[in-house]
Amino acid sequence: MHISLFITCYNDTLFPRTGQSVVRVLERLGHTVEFPLEQTCCGQMHFNTGYAREAYPLAKRFVEIFADAEAVCIPSSSCVAMIREYYPALARENGDAAMAAAVDRLLPRLFEFSELLVDRLGVTDVGAYFPHRVTYHASCHGLRSLHLGDKPMQLLRAVGGLELVPLEGLEQCCGFGGTFAVKNADVSAAMLTDKTRAVLNTRAEVCTACDNSCLMHMQGMLHRQFAGVRTLHIAEVLAGTEDAPA
Amino acid sequence: MTPGGITSRDRVLERIRKANLRAAGPREAIPRNYDGAGSHRASVQGKDEVVGLFETRLHDYDARVIRVRRDEIAAKAAELLLAGNRRRIVVPDGSPMAWQADGPEWIRDHELSVDVLNGVDGVMTAATVGVAVSGSIALQHGAAEGRRVLTLLPDYQLCVIEVAQVVETLPEAFARLDPARPVTFFSGPSATADIEMARIKGVHGPRFLDVLLVED
Amino acid sequence: MSLVQIERGSHEARAHDAHTLDPRTASPFPAAAKIDLRDTQLRRNVARATDTIQRKRAALVEEKTDWQALRDAGAAIRREALTNLDRYLLEFEERFQAAGGTVHWAANASEANRIVLGILREHEASEVIKIKSMTTAEIGLNDFLARHDVAAYETDLAELILQLGDDQPSHIVVPALHKNRQQVREIFARTMGLPDLTDDPEALTAAARRYLREKFLRVKTAICGGNFLIAETGGLAIVESEGNGRMCLTLPETLIAIVGIEKVIPRFADLEVLLQTLPRSATGERMNPYNSIWSGVVPGDGPKNMHVVLLDNGRTRVLRDAIGRQTLQCIRCGACQNACPVYRQTGGHAYGSVYAGPIGAILTPQLEDMRYAQSLPYASSLCGACYEVCPVKINIPEVLVHLRARVVDRGRRKLASLFDQERAGMMMMAAVFANRSRYEAAQRLARTAQRAVRHGDAWYHWLPGMAGRWTETRDLAPLPQQTFREWWQQRGQP
Repeated sequence: MHISLFITCYNDTLFPRTGQSVVRVLERLGHTVEFPLEQTCCGQMHFNTGYAREAYPLAKRFVEIFADAEAVCIPSSSCVAMIREYYPALARENGDAAMAAAVDRLLPRLFEFSELLVDRLGVTDVGAYFPHRVTYHASCHGLRSLHLGDKPMQLLRAVGGLELVPLEGLEQCCGFGGTFAVKNADVSAAMLTDKTRAVLNTRAEVCTACDNSCLMHMQGMLHRQFAGVRTLHIAEVLAGTEDAPA
Repeated sequence: MTPGGITSRDRVLERIRKANLRAAGPREAIPRNYDGAGSHRASVQGKDEVVGLFETRLHDYDARVIRVRRDEIAAKAAELLLAGNRRRIVVPDGSPMAWQADGPEWIRDHELSVDVLNGVDGVMTAATVGVAVSGSIALQHGAAEGRRVLTLLPDYQLCVIEVAQVVETLPEAFARLDPARPVTFFSGPSATADIEMARIKGVHGPRFLDVLLVED
Repeated sequence: MSLVQIERGSHEARAHDAHTLDPRTASPFPAAAKIDLRDTQLRRNVARATDTIQRKRAALVEEKTDWQALRDAGAAIRREALTNLDRYLLEFEERFQAAGGTVHWAANASEANRIVLGILREHEASEVIKIKSMTTAEIGLNDFLARHDVAAYETDLAELILQLGDDQPSHIVVPALHKNRQQVREIFARTMGLPDLTDDPEALTAAARRYLREKFLRVKTAICGGNFLIAETGGLAIVESEGNGRMCLTLPETLIAIVGIEKVIPRFADLEVLLQTLPRSATGERMNPYNSIWSGVVPGDGPKNMHVVLLDNGRTRVLRDAIGRQTLQCIRCGACQNACPVYRQTGGHAYGSVYAGPIGAILTPQLEDMRYAQSLPYASSLCGACYEVCPVKINIPEVLVHLRARVVDRGRRKLASLFDQERAGMMMMAAVFANRSRYEAAQRLARTAQRAVRHGDAWYHWLPGMAGRWTETRDLAPLPQQTFREWWQQRGQP
């Protein structure tokens, strides 16, 4: 299959290794990855902060760039939620019938990374090896918008050498929330403290999730506290093999 | 009323109409796919299970449930009341005489004052329908159920309800209610969790409830 | 207020603001939250209360196999009511009056207060007993009555605690959850003259029961809100747990209900849905202890004088907004507050409004036509937990984002926006994302700038300006040396 990767603006700039891992996994499974270089941002940050007017052209651009993709893979559940939940309304509200139709045609071909693997490619064992104690945090968008459910856990359970420990309150928001982390920094930090406590209680070495936005937030406090725990996107956990560890 | 004669009523209604003209969504039917609604019958629980559930839920509220035959109502009621040292019992004006055995002092409600009601030991009434899922009992304050204050001021309530009056779900119960009459649903004694989420029973309204469940 | 005072005396600091549940004067959410976050007592109480109700609710929802069907029906019923609001209100008015009641219409809060006072004067009432009502808190009824020499006694235990303790509610359903038993004991002992009162919740409740009984039996006029108005029967429904509601709607001669216009439902039978979802959502019970439904005057049974005051006070403004109007579907269960991870940390006072938590964040600014409470739509991480639990399926995150856009759009028209740091940043980023070369140039520029301040892999512990809010409590990794797209282009086609 030809899978078009939408890396997302923040992964592109801050977490290139996540993208590299996605490529590694998909190629290992025998697929061809394409990367349309015109891509920039899905518009979520603007839309969620109240700049819907500025988000519209970004959304339109996205839809045009990926219009002919066989499948689109996005290693960020919040961006997928943005596209699924708000692109149709954005097109409608701007009277853009062409975009609305294009969105309708594109959505069935568009997947978050774990969705792509489990639902579209029908695979839970990607031949990964990651001999560490790992806990999983359920990002809000993945949980409540995409209904990822058990899929990420299925993928993690199939990883060789991985010791999976449940995270208490895994469904509690970590407190990132985009610009919320800065506009309501105090509450954000309070929420993050609860999440950090839960992570530390698992004694895991690694905390993983489907969104680097959450993980960046969580790593920020874990690092500040010298807690000895690191965060890693699920793609990076799945990328390592016994021959070539992550 | 402003000088031009436009009332607030007019103004509010006009605002509503303008708002809905601008922003109302499309008409839609109400999807009623919940248990007990219309043709969607409640789960296929038999009558015995339903009544058993009703009893269990009442027990959860610390209500006592005593099963009786119709001809045993009076004797059992008197026994319960006297065992609890409850002698002065208010009954609605239309309460069946056949329910009143000797022993307690039965006080029929003929516009009894609040002071009298405050001083009795309990009240006994009929009921309109019971809901098993929640252990609720609904009164519609007919002749045998009495004015609403009768089941409010006394500290003890004895409710006589027939097995035939017990249904499983709330929608089934609503099908039996007369919309034109007042309704009071009771689901256990009054309660509060306002202080440190500690559930305390019996704030206002009867703290003690006994149910005579009448089988044919 | 000095730093020392904030750290040590958060109770005192908060009490100072405690009366400000007026969105026109309240501190913006971030500032108010900052203070309440330092109140460890409050945070413990709020967490315990919300966890308790959440747990009970979750258990009952799991047991209720038709829960989603009930939500679908409830949402549709509430939407139908709003779509035909004028018709159903008129139907209610006709039937309620046919049953001997009187209906009044209040365009705004001050009119509602004047109508109530008028009725009280008519009956020469100088004191009233009250059932808890968010609507009466919204219009500031108690203060208004006090200014006109009418004493209003709250009869809900929580409202009693707050009234005697000169405090404000912090939760829709458990308004005094920020108080612990020792605080309640102190309030009751002092105001009821019970120096030997213990702090056992049973004893405290018994004290309240005795104190209030005297009022129930004596005061001839009562004021309440209303959970639902029923168009078909001209009915009023009061949902409660303590029995004080039944006291107020049975014993007095005159009862005045102040009810928001959005509370009307079409049919009597519609209650079969909402009375299943409301108690489970609000208190985690299959059914709350008492529900009273009746219309107008019931001959020989209850008040001779029944009044309903229909309140607009900005609700028609909310109705005008195609996305925002779903806010009016609310049945005031409080489940969104219990589910909200932000509310969990701050409690209700920080929202500076009678309506707090997720529902407050969308209702209050809209009632004020977005002129006030503009910080509330941002008091959310958009996690969606509220939408998940809402029994009438209000898509709160959708409304929050929509209201943010309304706030921003209001700002656009102002000259001051030209100097707004956030707006400038957003405009710049929009331009950067608009095409590939600008975007890649910006990435390179950021990396170059970083080289001037950073060496190697050292993380940021401090950043200037807005970004500094991140580094107050969190580190930030430096920008990687190579972006993904640079890596991709370098590897060539495989």
